[in-house]
Order: sequence, then C-alpha cells, then structure tokens
Amino acid sequence: MATEWPQTRKSGLADALRGAREMADQHYGIWSWIATVDHKRIGIMYGVTAFIFFLTGGIEALLLRTQLIVPHAGILDADQYNRILTMHGTTMVFLVIMPLSATFFNLMIPLMIGARDVAFPRLNAFSYWVFLAGGIFLNVSFFTKNVFSGELGAPDCGWTCYSTLSSKAFSPGHGVDFWALGVQILGIASLASGFNFIVTILNMRAPGMTLFRMPLFVWMTLVTSFLLIFAMPVIAVALFELIFDRLFNANFFNPDKGGNPLLWQHMFWLFGHPEVYILILPAMGIVSEILPTFSRKPLFGYPFVVFSGIAIGFMSWGVWVHHMYTTGLGTVANSAFGISTILIGVPTGVKVLNWMATLWGGSLNLKAPMMFAVGFVAMFTIGGLSGVTHSVVPSDYQQQDTYYVVAHFHYVLFGGAIFALFAGFYYWVPKFTGKLLDDRLGQIHFWLMLIGFNLTFFPMHISGLLGMPRRISTYSEGQGWDFWNLLSTIGAFTIATSILVFIINFIYSLRRGEAAGHDPWDGRTLEWTIPSPPPHYNFEKIPVVHARDPFWHEKYTEDAEGRPIPVVAGAANGHEGEAHEDPGGHGIHMPSPSYFPLIAALGFPIMATGLIYDYALVAVGAAVLFVGIYGWALEPATEGEEA
Amino acid sequence: MAQAVGTAHLETSTGLDNRKLLMWLFLGSECLFFGSLIAAYLLYRDRSVTGPYPGDLFDIPFTSVSAFVLLMSSVSMVLALAAIQRGNVRGMQIWLFTTATLGLLFLSGQAFEFTEFNHEGLSLSTNLFGTTFFVLTGFHGAHVTIGVLILLSLFTVSLQGRIQQKDSLNIELAGLYWHFVDIVWIVIFTLVYLIQP
Repeated sequence: MATEWPQTRKSGLADALRGAREMADQHYGIWSWIATVDHKRIGIMYGVTAFIFFLTGGIEALLLRTQLIVPHAGILDADQYNRILTMHGTTMVFLVIMPLSATFFNLMIPLMIGARDVAFPRLNAFSYWVFLAGGIFLNVSFFTKNVFSGELGAPDCGWTCYSTLSSKAFSPGHGVDFWALGVQILGIASLASGFNFIVTILNMRAPGMTLFRMPLFVWMTLVTSFLLIFAMPVIAVALFELIFDRLFNANFFNPDKGGNPLLWQHMFWLFGHPEVYILILPAMGIVSEILPTFSRKPLFGYPFVVFSGIAIGFMSWGVWVHHMYTTGLGTVANSAFGISTILIGVPTGVKVLNWMATLWGGSLNLKAPMMFAVGFVAMFTIGGLSGVTHSVVPSDYQQQDTYYVVAHFHYVLFGGAIFALFAGFYYWVPKFTGKLLDDRLGQIHFWLMLIGFNLTFFPMHISGLLGMPRRISTYSEGQGWDFWNLLSTIGAFTIATSILVFIINFIYSLRRGEAAGHDPWDGRTLEWTIPSPPPHYNFEKIPVVHARDPFWHEKYTEDAEGRPIPVVAGAANGHEGEAHEDPGGHGIHMPSPSYFPLIAALGFPIMATGLIYDYALVAVGAAVLFVGIYGWALEPATEGEEA
Repeated sequence: MAQAVGTAHLETSTGLDNRKLLMWLFLGSECLFFGSLIAAYLLYRDRSVTGPYPGDLFDIPFTSVSAFVLLMSSVSMVLALAAIQRGNVRGMQIWLFTTATLGLLFLSGQAFEFTEFNHEGLSLSTNLFGTTFFVLTGFHGAHVTIGVLILLSLFTVSLQGRIQQKDSLNIELAGLYWHFVDIVWIVIFTLVYLIQP
C-alpha cells in the first residue's frame, strides 16, 4: 500500500485526515470502510444498504396490504396510501433491486474475470456514496411534513410519476420534488457504475479470459451496464424537465401552454423498458451461474444464452409503447409495438429453455442456492407468460391499470429478480463471510417465500381480471374482490416471515456457520480458486485462463461418455500465472483509500436540498462537489486512473 | 485442454487506455442526453400558443459568429494536444489558454443572447419555445462551462510543471470532451437556428 504523501501535497484537509487515513491503510476500524476503494468492501456496503432499504420497502408493502385486507379497513387514508405506494415502488426498483444487482457486480466481477479490482476504484466508491445519498434523500421526504400527526411528506405520484399527477397543481408540497431530485441523484450513481463495469469487463480480464470464456454473469453485467449508460440519460432529461416545470415554472408538461403530458410517458418508458431489463438481466446472469454448478454440467447453449441476452438488450429499446397502448397513439403504433413485444419474448424464452436443458440429465444438488434458482426459472416463466398476454393490444386494454398488471410485474421482479438475488446470496456471500449459511433454514426460507409469494401475487391475477384497479386505497364489498385480497395480505405476511427466517439464518451463520472453505460448491469459475474471504488483493498470482469454466477444467477431465472425472490429486493446484509477485501479497500495489469520493457524493444531496428550500445551499453543495472532485483529481492514485 | 495451448496471449483488453474508454462511453451516454433534449425541442417546435417565436428573436449573424468562435476553439484544442505530444509544454499552455478564452467568449455570447431574449419578453415560462430553448441551450452552455473549468484547471496544473509529454492523455481526454461539446453545438445551431419552419 502506498502510505506516503508526496511532497507536492498542500491540502490542509488531507493533513487533518491523515490519522484516519493510516487507519484506512491498515484495513481496520470505521475509517477503513469510509475511505475504502476495495470492490469487495464496496459490494458489502451496497448489500447491507440495499437490504435495509428492502426491509423499508417491505414494511411499506405490509402497510399497503394491511389496508387492503378487507374493504374499508381504515388503516391508511387515501393520501397516506398514495405516498406509501409511491415510496414502495420507487424504493424496490431504485433502492433495492438495482443496488442488490450492483452488490453482486462489485463483489463478483473482478473475481470472475481474474482482476484485482475494478478499473476505477474511486469512481466505484463514488457510485456507492451517491447511491446512499440519493436513497436517504428520497426517504427524508417522509419527514418534510408532521409525520407524528400522520401527515407524510413523501411523493404521491406513483413510481412512474405521470404528468400531470406530478404537476404543482395536483401535487403541491415538496414530495414530487424530492422524488425527481432523488431519482436524479440515484441516476448519477448508476451511470458511474455502468461506465466502471464496462471498462472493467472490456479491459481488465485475466490472460486467456476471452469474451466467450467469460462467465454468463459477467456477460449479463456487461449488457446491463450498457443499458444503464444509455437509459439513464433519458430519464435524467425527463427528470430535469419535471424539475424545471415544478421549480422554475417551465412548460414541458403544462397543457395550458401547449405542453403535452404524454411526452413524460414516452420518455419515462423509453428509459423504463430498458430499466426492466436492467433489473432482470443480472438476475438471469446469477441463475446462469448457479444452475450449471449445482447440476454439475456446463451451461447448455452458452452462446445462445449470451446472444439472447444481447438481443434482449437491443430489443428493449423498441417496446416501450406497450406501457402506453391505451393512450391513443393509434393502431399502427400499437400493432408495431405489439409485434416487437411479442418478439422480445423469443430470446427470453430461449434462455428459459437453455436453463431447463442445463438441468436435464444433470446430477442435481438441491441446496438452497439451487432451490432459489429453480424457483426463479419457474416464477419468472409465469411472469413472462402473463407479460405475453399484455403484448396483445386488445387483451391489454382489458388489463390496463388492473391488479393483473401488478401480478405480472411482481412475478418478474419478485418471483424473478428477488428470488435470483437470494440465490446469489446463498451461493456467493459465503465467499465473503467465510461461513456457509445453514441449508435447513435456507430451505425453510425458500419454501415459505415461494408459498407466500404465490399466495400474495397469484390471486392478484384474479382480482385484476375481476376488474380491481391498481393504486386504489380501498374498495367496497360485493365486487368479488374480498377473498382474493384477504389471500394476498396473508401471503404478504408469509413473505415477511420468510425474510425473518433469512435474517436469523444470516446472523446465525456469521456466529456459528460452517466454514466455507475456498470452494464449497465444487464451483466452476475463478472466484472459487481463492480463499474465503478473499485477500484484499484477490489473486496472489493473476490466473491464466484456458477454457470456459476454468476452475472446473482444472479439477475435472472427461471420460469417453463425457462424464467428469477428477484430475489426479495435486495437479489441480497448479494455477499457472505470472510468478513475479511475492507470496502473501507483498509487493502487490493496490489503490490507496480515498475520502474524496464521499466528499464529492455529499455535494449532490446538499445541492438538491438547496433547489427545494434555499438556493444558497446550492452554492454550498457545488463547493463541496468541487472540493471532492479537485481533491480526487489531484491526489495520487496508486494505479493509473483519473476522475 | 490440448486445444487451448498458447491461448494466454489472446486479446483480453480493448487496447484502449481505461480512461479513454471511459471518456468514449461517457460521450456515448451524453449523446442520449442531448438527443432527448433536442427531441423535446423539435417535438414542441411550432406548438407555442403565444409569442415571442423563434423568428422574432434569432439574430443569425450574431449566433453564427459565436458558433464560429466555438468551432475555432476546437482548432486550438487540437493544437494544444499536438504541442504536448511533441513535448512542447509552452505551446500547449498557449493553446489551452486560447481554447479556454474562446470558450469563455462563446459563453459571453450566450449570456448576451439570453439577456436580449429576456428583454424582448422570452423567459423559461413564457411559452414552449422559451422552455425548450433555454433548457436545451442552457444545458449545452453548462457543458461548455465545465469544459472551460477543465481547460483552466489543466492550464493551472501545467504552470506547476505537472503536465509533460508523458501526460498528454490528460489533454487528449479534455480534447475529446471539448470536441464533443462543439459537435453538439453544430447540431443545435443547425436544427434550432438555421432550419426554421
């Protein structure tokens, strides 16, 4: 580690932080986390933060479901319901699934491609801090009114924040301002991490790790990152337009001056549909790693799975109008987007079939990660099929704005993404804690969650087809909805119980868990070649890759029928590599810790608060941002990198 | 793996410097940013229900001059990079400063234009033209401002002798950004000012 400050350094701030910096250099104490640029620590911080937001969003969901348990339950009034509903959706999309995916990008990508860190370690820390700042900023909105008397200040426009629900006239107060600025801040974090992971994956692969030897999760991260860097600017412009309308009386969505509220919907969904794949592609990547490992077979049709992921990435830009069939764009537009939406089901279907073919004939090891992965395939398929019913325009006219739609997207986002993320947790987190999670509790967690999930969301198909609209805060008796809503609420609490089991399991595993060892699952990829938890420099010697599933091929060869046969003991340890480093990681130069990413990130919420309350704060926030960026640019990084 | 002998030398990097690849990706992302802003402008062209309208305000000769100034700044940017790549620090400093000055000149032109339009009754909230015009050109102006800050920072750092021939990538990256902002202005100038319905 480079612990010396160069003589040219003049900043007093840095002097003041020197003691803390020493702590950071030594990898202990709180400062070592605050200043860290280590992708593994950043990944852990992403995971912990996103899980706390998951609990927040989950509690919001329980409040909503409690309100809907019977007609006129009287738990929440309409205003509270709207605000909690908006925060539930926004939280789960931007503060849970996206950052949980980012957790695994951070933890796994350098390990899977055989690198010591990401391309821009400080930019990576910056992404995390900006995400944290944006998440806190969004949630602070609750407290901008008198919460204790039941008045919530949170946004009330739904997670899609359609114009003109979002205009000053229909949403006075600051809720929507917090929403627009908060999502804007989160977008900066996503952009930064998108750039970082593309460069990391394209430029930092170990020798021999060609593109078509990359694990599927790395591929899906690459596609997701490209979607991020191209989709985020679109929502950024839409949010700026909304902010200008609300704070500076611009007319983008003001019908009085000729503005067209549909512009918001177009821009939101032009971002929003790639966003759907930003949420699900990483989950598909995780499952594509777990199924082969626990079937003891290579992924069936690797190139097909890769190319369907890429195809989904491209096609996701051409389907946004299926969110807007009923806005009256005309039959030509609706037909064209109906066809493109049916077509995007093809590469998705290809993946599902490949996953099933991977399982076929494998020697299945039904440990918790595998159970969640198989659960993902099943639940995602149901969600995908109900999605196909939406692509058919006349059918969608019936389903638009009903609970059927709520059922659909929870099947893909909860049954899909969340199941896969839990699969990834059981599979990969032992690599970082060094302790396996208890499999029996894991199985209980899985079955409770599977049952609870289906109990919650399957009845929504029915209540939706019976005509129950989304986003309503209560309903009257006698419409045939009561029973299905009761089931959904029971299901929601079952899911909550399963999460409790998971938390107990995790805490238990940290204290008493079985040691994971470096390769607990007989894994296939590079992350299993190094100790658990990995040293901060990851690989003592940079590995050399000779095949897809490199670690598997070190451990096994094949007999004439293609069955795996263990390689003679001892031979498996012969990782080739550039042997110019000392053992124990001495002489490996890792990037120095830095406070500047945190300082720069702090500038954004300060500026956003200033835009809402007092422009003087905008100047303060900008100054903080400048200090952060200049300190960052002028401070020496151990490895060649730049702001 | 017999067939894999010698594969350690297969390409596992693009060969581009990390920072340069980052800059290209960033500029790709920016295309979508300005694309969305320009799309909003074009969508709302001729939809203003009250004046003033573009034809009442635009002073094409004036804006042509400021567009020319910005174009010329790209030339001086190229010269700055060429100088440092040959190891000519002094030449780089002169051309960096020239580029920043031309950028500032463009920005003053924009400030003058905004004030003029404002005097003639166009504000952000007057009509759709005001809204889309000020937001589009304003974001472009903000990009130029950031560019000028980068150029002046590089200039200042170079006065301390901290930019030598081996550091020419810093200038190249600033140049990529600067040229991009310049190209965006060519698009805006053409679509907003020159092609009026």
